[in-house]
Amino acid sequence: MDDLKAKYLGQIAEAADESALEAIRLAAVGKKGEVALKMRELGKMTPEERQVAGPALNALKDEINSALAAKKAGLADAALDERLRSEWLDVTLPTRPQRRQGTLHPITQVQEEITAIFAELGFSVQEGPRIDTDWYNFDALNIPGHHPARAEMDTFYMHRGEGDNRPPHVLRTHTSPVQIRSMEKLGAPLRIICPGGVYRADYDQTHTPMFHQVEGLALDKDISMANLKWVLEEFVKAFFEVDDVELRFRASHFPFTEPSAEVDIRCSWEGGTLKVGEGDDWLEVLGSGMVHPKVIAAGGIDPEVYQGFAFGIGIDRLAMLKYGIPDLRAFFDSDLRWLRHYGFQCLDMPTLHGGLSR
Amino acid sequence: MKFTLSWLKEHLDTTASVDEICEALTDLGLEVEEVVNPAETLKAFTLAKIEAAEQHPDADRLRVCKVMTDEGEKQIVCGAPNARAGITVVLCKPGDYVPGLDFTLSVGKIRGVESHGMMASWRELELGEDHDGIAELDSGEVGDSLVDWLAQNDPAKVDTMIEIAITPNRPDALGVYGIARDLAARGLGELKTTEFTPIDGKFPCPIKVTIDEDTLDGAPVFAGRVIRGVKNGPSPKWLQDRLTAIGLRPISTLVDITNFFTFDQNRPLHVFDVAKVSGDLRVHRATGGETLLALDEKEYTFAVGQMVISDDKGVESVAGIMGGEETGCTEETVDVFIESAFWDHIQIATTGRALKINSDARYRFERGVDPEFTVEGLERATQMILDLCGGEPSEKVIAGDVPNHARAYKLNPERVQSLVGMEIHESEQRQTLTRLGFRLEGNMAHVPSWRPDVMGEADLVEEVARIASLTKLEGKPLPRLTDGIPKPVMTAQQRRMQMARRTSAALGYNELVSYTFIDQAAAALFGGGDDITRLANPISSEMSHMRPDLLPGLLQAAARNQARGYMDLALFEVGPVFQGGEPGEQREQIAGLLVGKNGSKDVHGASRDVDVYDAKADVEAVLSAIGAPAKVQILREGDAWWHPGRHGRICLGPKKTLGVFGEVHPKVLSELGIKGAAVAFTIWPEEIPMPRKSGANRGALEISDLQAVERDFAFVVDTEVEALTLVNAAAGADKALISDVRVFDEFIGGSLGEGKKSLAITVRLQPTDKTLKEKDIEAVSAKIIAKVTKATGGELRA
Repeated sequence: MDDLKAKYLGQIAEAADESALEAIRLAAVGKKGEVALKMRELGKMTPEERQVAGPALNALKDEINSALAAKKAGLADAALDERLRSEWLDVTLPTRPQRRQGTLHPITQVQEEITAIFAELGFSVQEGPRIDTDWYNFDALNIPGHHPARAEMDTFYMHRGEGDNRPPHVLRTHTSPVQIRSMEKLGAPLRIICPGGVYRADYDQTHTPMFHQVEGLALDKDISMANLKWVLEEFVKAFFEVDDVELRFRASHFPFTEPSAEVDIRCSWEGGTLKVGEGDDWLEVLGSGMVHPKVIAAGGIDPEVYQGFAFGIGIDRLAMLKYGIPDLRAFFDSDLRWLRHYGFQCLDMPTLHGGLSR
Repeated sequence: MKFTLSWLKEHLDTTASVDEICEALTDLGLEVEEVVNPAETLKAFTLAKIEAAEQHPDADRLRVCKVMTDEGEKQIVCGAPNARAGITVVLCKPGDYVPGLDFTLSVGKIRGVESHGMMASWRELELGEDHDGIAELDSGEVGDSLVDWLAQNDPAKVDTMIEIAITPNRPDALGVYGIARDLAARGLGELKTTEFTPIDGKFPCPIKVTIDEDTLDGAPVFAGRVIRGVKNGPSPKWLQDRLTAIGLRPISTLVDITNFFTFDQNRPLHVFDVAKVSGDLRVHRATGGETLLALDEKEYTFAVGQMVISDDKGVESVAGIMGGEETGCTEETVDVFIESAFWDHIQIATTGRALKINSDARYRFERGVDPEFTVEGLERATQMILDLCGGEPSEKVIAGDVPNHARAYKLNPERVQSLVGMEIHESEQRQTLTRLGFRLEGNMAHVPSWRPDVMGEADLVEEVARIASLTKLEGKPLPRLTDGIPKPVMTAQQRRMQMARRTSAALGYNELVSYTFIDQAAAALFGGGDDITRLANPISSEMSHMRPDLLPGLLQAAARNQARGYMDLALFEVGPVFQGGEPGEQREQIAGLLVGKNGSKDVHGASRDVDVYDAKADVEAVLSAIGAPAKVQILREGDAWWHPGRHGRICLGPKKTLGVFGEVHPKVLSELGIKGAAVAFTIWPEEIPMPRKSGANRGALEISDLQAVERDFAFVVDTEVEALTLVNAAAGADKALISDVRVFDEFIGGSLGEGKKSLAITVRLQPTDKTLKEKDIEAVSAKIIAKVTKATGGELRA
């Protein structure tokens, strides 16, 4: 019996392929195989002999079967390995070209950042028309027809047809008309920001005829300029993602606010890069003030009851400062290289819990 | 507005440093733009004395000097002809920067002789034009600082010049006196007031003045007088220094005096040479067509209604803006007529703009000068003329009356505190206003005549806050609107726009922001370019019309990028487009543009021209992301800028277009210079209905455990039969059982014959109550075939 075992296990080990294995299987444990023949001989044995030989034969049969199975698996693995070895690809080749990297414009991104911050303080987002009447753009904001600010604003006017004697409409020179429209629509108390495109007839190194502003307005019975300062401090800290920042409120003049202040932030320009919150320079970032009672009245709200603040910030300017973008004009050039370099990925959604930028 | 420190100190008694003054000015709203302190560049230089000067051994024109300095005797080689023993000179040492030469000195060897510094000329120090030799000082000791010596002997040379920006509301700060008043109110010193005595006229004024009745609203008061027998000529050094320091050219004493009052008191004056004036002066409105050669040597022609001053010969002065050349004063002037008038700011601004004259007088009158100072200004100027030019004054002539500016507003101290959010005691508020010239009667504050900007209670608040300093304001938290976690603020439409942008970027498009005005030709290609969307004053013809659509801007951007060598592009924009020129005639649009290939040439052969199905896939993805209904119609007959056969309108009914996709018309592409294929989509987000449901609940998930079955069908139909018709017909065969119908093959022509095509669909059957048996499938198949053949006129492909 040991001979049989040695013979077949040897043959199995030597078998080169599946058909050789099958031949061995038939010869060894097939119906007419040698082990089967030995099994038939059990009947002729004495019970004592049978008790020894029976289990031995069964064990032999099992052993050969499992050796066959093991060898078969081994052969299959070897065949797979052989095939895989031939299936080599140059994985350094470039991919199929379908996947383009889309981007969002910095103005979109920064506008969302600003919205995220002010939403936390309860400011909702209001929008208004780009073409507006001179009443909304000027008169309602306490800028009468002869006011020097009107001439200084380089206003774009819309064409007036023959016989139409109304004053020409303007391309809004600031987002402030949205203040008036929002007061009319929503009343007080009110907390809004109004982002959007605005226009001035000016085109040089640092000016483009269209740019973007965000206007803020908060009206209530007891809102003070001290609240304005706090809001702006919190905003600047959150926006520039710094722990501390010093703001300088300088008295200034805007027809639609009184008192008015220009706001500078402490910064340094060391090595040509802006660092907010440190250094000895001051950077003018926005204009603000307490809303002029005439403006509140123009919005249909009683200035004896309600008071509040307003501010206006350049969105493009904030984007330039935060992300180190040197040239305003390039914002509107649509140069693919610029869009890719300064653009943002679609999943970089600014949030206060996850951070505004990465 | 420019002034110097010493000029300021004529009106302000102060010990404050330049830095303190500048900081206060900026904080007060008089923003300092520039400070030029000559002492800064001169601080290194000291006085020295030449002990001996000997001929240089190797150069005829050079002398080797022994110079006594604060650091002992030094050898200095000098080429100045006046370098000689005994004179006191200005020493520049090695390491010093010499402003007039723009270099830093070092120890040098001149023709073999070492030189340890230089002795400077006035020009090299930028203290004068004199360069004939080195500066010789007639006083001073070795080692004295040059700055100190100048402060003693020629203070104007080390006077700090300060330039401030003036906001339109502060005409009073257009005079040095007004600036001093602000600083005094802040507590930076005492305002100096000088008394003046009205001058007694010695004879009646030989020139009379009248103001026409119809001109009184623009010229309410005009004061003047003649001074006889003056001696005009160069003005004294102190006056010339004042004017030079702020960038004005001294002309003659009389003219310099008028300029001095303009900047000192914000009181523009004008002087006429009496000898050149014929008869009396009349202030009136131009009848149109009159001309005048003005002091700027330009000729101006007047329009009807513009205010002028005429004598018997005609117009002699542009009222309140600029005098005439003809009657101007010269060095020969003997008798002078001096004018101090008050003009309406709006009329001056209008005329100044129309005539395009920018003068210091116009700048001040259009912002507002002090009407009450009209006569006082005349008197003070008369005194200065008498002091500097001599002469004999006539009596005054005054036409019209000083306009009434009197007004008072209630000071509400609590309101000030509540608005500013600062504790400012009532007594301090009152003191501030008083120092600024307000007169308080009880709680009524009477506005000073030099503050035309103060027009209400809010202005009082501003004055108090400004003087108290907003820099000192401490921020106070703005209370939350509600306790707890803030609610979201974005509207559904705003979130949609955000989603549209981020989805477009996810699809590989680069967002751009383009000007909302484009050129007329491009606008016309997209249904715009009419007068109603035209700008009256565009800055260029490239930006003349409000855009009717985002596509022209996208296509132009693509063309610019192609010109830079970027041929394959995916660009999108979100923004307003304009149908008209009235407020609100604008709609939000989302637009995407694909140009060229879907990617660069590649080893996999996957690069191909973009086509209409790319645009369709993307528009469907964006629409789906912003919640547009899945079931839509696709109609044709879109706008003319689409390829007529290769575009589709995604509609809810024939009149409600949610979006369009397709190839851009080849003529549009060639007009705008696009190379290669171009497909695009546009979406009108405001057209997309808001979902009716509210709340976040998704509803229960309904799924079946029963096996779904798919069956394929192919139909032969006419080529113009649209796949969607076929799909809708098949899906309608058994709405309960059929869960999906997809087109998986289209085959045109061949054995099917001309005008025919085969469309193959897969229908997925999803039973919900019992497993499908073959006869159920056959029944529904029959229904599908019947529906499709009826709807399309086709037949099942054999």
